[in-house]
Amino acid sequence: MDSRRSSRAVIDPKVRQVGFFTSAPLPPDRTQSDPPDPIRSPPLADASSPGNSLSPVMIPPPRHPSDSLLRLPHSPSDAFPPPSPTTTTTSLGDFSDDVTAASSPPPAAARVRGRGSSVKQQGAASSFPGGGFEVPPSVKAPSSVPASGLTTVSVVKLPPGISVEVQSDRALNSKPLKEKTSKAERRAIQEAQRAAKAAAKAEGIKTPAVTALANAKSAKSTKPSPQRNDSAVVVAASEKKGGDRSVEKDRKKDVPHPRMQYDDKSRVQKLKKRSVVKPTEARNRVELFRHLPQYEHGTQLPVLQSKFFQLDTLHPAVYKVGLQYLSGDICGGNARCIAMLQAFQEAIRDYSTPPAKTLSRDLTAKISSYVSFLIDCRPLSVSMGNAIRFLKSQIAKIPISLSESEAKATLHSDIERFINEKIILADRVIVKHAVTKIRDGDVLLTYGSSSAVEMILQHAHELGKQFRVVIVDSRPKHEGKLLLRRLVRKGLSCTYTHINAISYIMHEVTRVFLGASSVLSNGTVYSRVGTACVAMVAYGFHIPVLVCCEAYKFHERVQLDSICSNELGDPDSISKVPGREDINHLDGWDKSENLQLLNLIYDATPSDYVSLIITDYGMIPPTSVPVIVREYGRGQLWI
Amino acid sequence: MNTDDSSWWPMGDGVLCNAASQTYPSCNTFTHALSFFNKIEGSQATARQTAELLRSVISQQRVPYTNQAGALIDAVKAIGEQLIAANPVELAVGNIVRRVLHIIREEDLSLTTAAIGGLNLSAVSDDENDDDRDGDSTLSAAAVAAAARSTLRPPSLQTLLEDTPVSAAVPQTSSSGGDSEGKSKFSFTAADKSSRSRKLKHDVIEAVNELIQDIVTCHEQIAEQAVEHIHQNEVILTLGSSRTVLEFLFAAKEKKRSFRVFVAEGAPRYQGHLLAKELVARGLQTTLITDSAVFAMISRVNMVIVGAHAVMANGGVIAPVGMNLVALAAQKHAVPFVVLAGSHKLCPLYPHNPEVLLNELRSPSELLDFGEFSDCMDFGSGSGSPLLHVVNPAFDYVPPKLVSLFITDAGGHNPSYMYRLIADYYSADDLVVQRRATAGN
Repeated sequence: MDSRRSSRAVIDPKVRQVGFFTSAPLPPDRTQSDPPDPIRSPPLADASSPGNSLSPVMIPPPRHPSDSLLRLPHSPSDAFPPPSPTTTTTSLGDFSDDVTAASSPPPAAARVRGRGSSVKQQGAASSFPGGGFEVPPSVKAPSSVPASGLTTVSVVKLPPGISVEVQSDRALNSKPLKEKTSKAERRAIQEAQRAAKAAAKAEGIKTPAVTALANAKSAKSTKPSPQRNDSAVVVAASEKKGGDRSVEKDRKKDVPHPRMQYDDKSRVQKLKKRSVVKPTEARNRVELFRHLPQYEHGTQLPVLQSKFFQLDTLHPAVYKVGLQYLSGDICGGNARCIAMLQAFQEAIRDYSTPPAKTLSRDLTAKISSYVSFLIDCRPLSVSMGNAIRFLKSQIAKIPISLSESEAKATLHSDIERFINEKIILADRVIVKHAVTKIRDGDVLLTYGSSSAVEMILQHAHELGKQFRVVIVDSRPKHEGKLLLRRLVRKGLSCTYTHINAISYIMHEVTRVFLGASSVLSNGTVYSRVGTACVAMVAYGFHIPVLVCCEAYKFHERVQLDSICSNELGDPDSISKVPGREDINHLDGWDKSENLQLLNLIYDATPSDYVSLIITDYGMIPPTSVPVIVREYGRGQLWI
Repeated sequence: MNTDDSSWWPMGDGVLCNAASQTYPSCNTFTHALSFFNKIEGSQATARQTAELLRSVISQQRVPYTNQAGALIDAVKAIGEQLIAANPVELAVGNIVRRVLHIIREEDLSLTTAAIGGLNLSAVSDDENDDDRDGDSTLSAAAVAAAARSTLRPPSLQTLLEDTPVSAAVPQTSSSGGDSEGKSKFSFTAADKSSRSRKLKHDVIEAVNELIQDIVTCHEQIAEQAVEHIHQNEVILTLGSSRTVLEFLFAAKEKKRSFRVFVAEGAPRYQGHLLAKELVARGLQTTLITDSAVFAMISRVNMVIVGAHAVMANGGVIAPVGMNLVALAAQKHAVPFVVLAGSHKLCPLYPHNPEVLLNELRSPSELLDFGEFSDCMDFGSGSGSPLLHVVNPAFDYVPPKLVSLFITDAGGHNPSYMYRLIADYYSADDLVVQRRATAGN
């Protein structure tokens, strides 16, 4: 270890130079390292550089030929690309240039950035060399891939390799990277892995060390034809195989499942067979939204109520929550999530493992059945999806040795902690941040009723700030009325209007505070329908739009429009206007085939309209959402 | 879009009836109708009624031998002022008043031109001259007006340069009807004078009739152009309800085009429900959406077609509330934003601070139930200013840069061209009706 550290100190500046100063310092570096050691070819040093160039701290420990046996495998594999060292160096120079200047291969660049931030957040740079070192073969593997790919177009293969490396460092954060690889790339990786597996089997290799040896062998064998990328990939992949198996699996698991598409007949059939609530299809389905469930509203509730005693598999608490979702008594991302988690808490408390079953498996299945019941009642929100994922991972993590009661207690406290930390505390932090953005004399506009925004406004009022609130509301839910009532009760000066008048009222507004159901990793804010309109008009008037959203609602999915994924509400609430008996034009017309009533629940606000996202990790621009998703989404805080 | 409703506000001061309105009883009732009752719905109907009222005013007006046009203009202005004051938000009233004034001026001008022409040609035989002009009058008034416009325009560079005799006549005629009459009076005999006065009134009334005809048929004329703009499988979005839009869409449907329509309901009047019902009744695939879903849906829309309340001289549009939202969303997604407007909606005014000055705040009861919120109303009332305000504007202003195309009964136009169209319909002297009228009174 010591020798490595010291040597790292020696070699670090060189690597840094490769990253930042492409042309000038390179040649000496090359000439230095090349001649003394023919095995340790130039690409070795560089190969690790394109990925690491931007954050020198994270550069894996320097490889010295004399270092250890572990070094050995890399040198040969790295050695093949350059027929003449000069050509490779130039191409490498270009490449690292790309990475630093334009960050043209996005995954690599993303990784670099991600690592930079992760280092910052961890504040423990020294841990990295060690981290990189723990899984030497995997660290090496990627470096050989780029090296072989650099001279050809197959540089594209770089991302996968690199992402693998990242996983070896930070086992669980790889999700966003994975998303960035295209289908073709993924296929390429898969094939390489398959080939590698086959090769490895043939050679009977099991441990990394031996793998390394084998690599050395195979590398030697391919040496005569150094330009062949395939063999290099095979080598790389075979190296991967030993250490990265679990990582690969993890990554696969992390891919967001494609959502249920309701225009897929067979799947809908399957779903129907399973579901407890038997919804009837809506009569006039909106063509554009065939992929979403469009069921008759108002029919499920009585059916469910009548079925109460038949649903013995369902825990009463879950059943109750489901009914509350269905009737709309509980709405809002946080409220729904908390209600669901508390129901699960109760369900877990009353749970006992059936004989001849393990707790983790059986409980997961149980939770899944609860979830599918809840989905029948109302499609899950992103916040609920994340919470469920958390819960399942916690269940999976329970060691078998733990007794049932202990396991249940652990889960109970885990859920409790999730609610407290991720929702309640997070809101408090958001309020603390957001209040700093409210000044005396401000006119704050908010849309609908967001629990976070309401807390912010109340807190700011308690602090004695002088401001006025404009509440914009929309049909059919009129959530704003409830907010208006609560705020006026508290003594805040409020102006109430409807969404069509937004252009009229926007003149006097100085800040727009919006809540969100979810923030997606491309910065899109997924929120109650109309949010995009408000943000757009505010953007047109050059008024800052601040979105308040707890980080647990962030999601790695991306979305460009509000069509592909959405939720449809009860269409009948469109045709009827409560309190306005004169609006009855559509009475009886909703039976007509030509008329469709569309009640969208959510819409997607493009990130360019959003000035700031206030989250429990601070105030970030929408472009930084993927960073939060990656760094905090997985392992770190949900462990 | 009803646009159209205008007549919504009880305009408290029904005591407009001064001497002028007593002489024209019909005016009084109309003003009342305009302000108090909801009898006149829609700017088209308002425009038509205004024109009919002015026609009756003109026919009842006793025309003096001298300064006939001036007398007519004064009479129309006096009535027009009251009409406009009765409902300043319904710009169609002012538009029609100005157009009638313009018609009077044009007719007067064409008569004078003909007279001067007659003088120049044959100063000897008055009878022959009369016959000639009778023949002329069989031509459409518009044609005469156009001819007059081309020959006798207020001093422009062209008229100044072309020929001196005409330009010399211009200042007399154009400055005001009275002056020209006074100056040219000596050239006519008494018999000629009487025939001329009858003639002027007759011509004006005929032209006003034509105007009324135009207003009545504007929907059809706009709808005729529908097939040029709507193709098969088009997806169209509209907000609220407008009869023009309805006719437009239906005209395309009649031409066997099948397309889909998204209708935003247009809170707080929910006219969209009405439009959706009409469209469904006529067999169009219609989807009713909430206003808040406009942004979400507009990415799948090919064209936005809406009606307007008024079109300003800069190409900006006064439209039912919510329209600016739709226009912004359309611009964001590069969807053409097409405004349908009959020519009676073209307003020669420029909008300054249109959101405030050309708007109308409506009853909060449309948004909040008073009973439901009665407990909140009292909060803070002790401290002076109430805590709760409700804003419910009736109109939106859509700036010209957001409009892709105007379709009027005179064809399609760019927003930047509207000023020219307006210059054809109005004379610059009438832009401010009120001040002129008060000065006259």
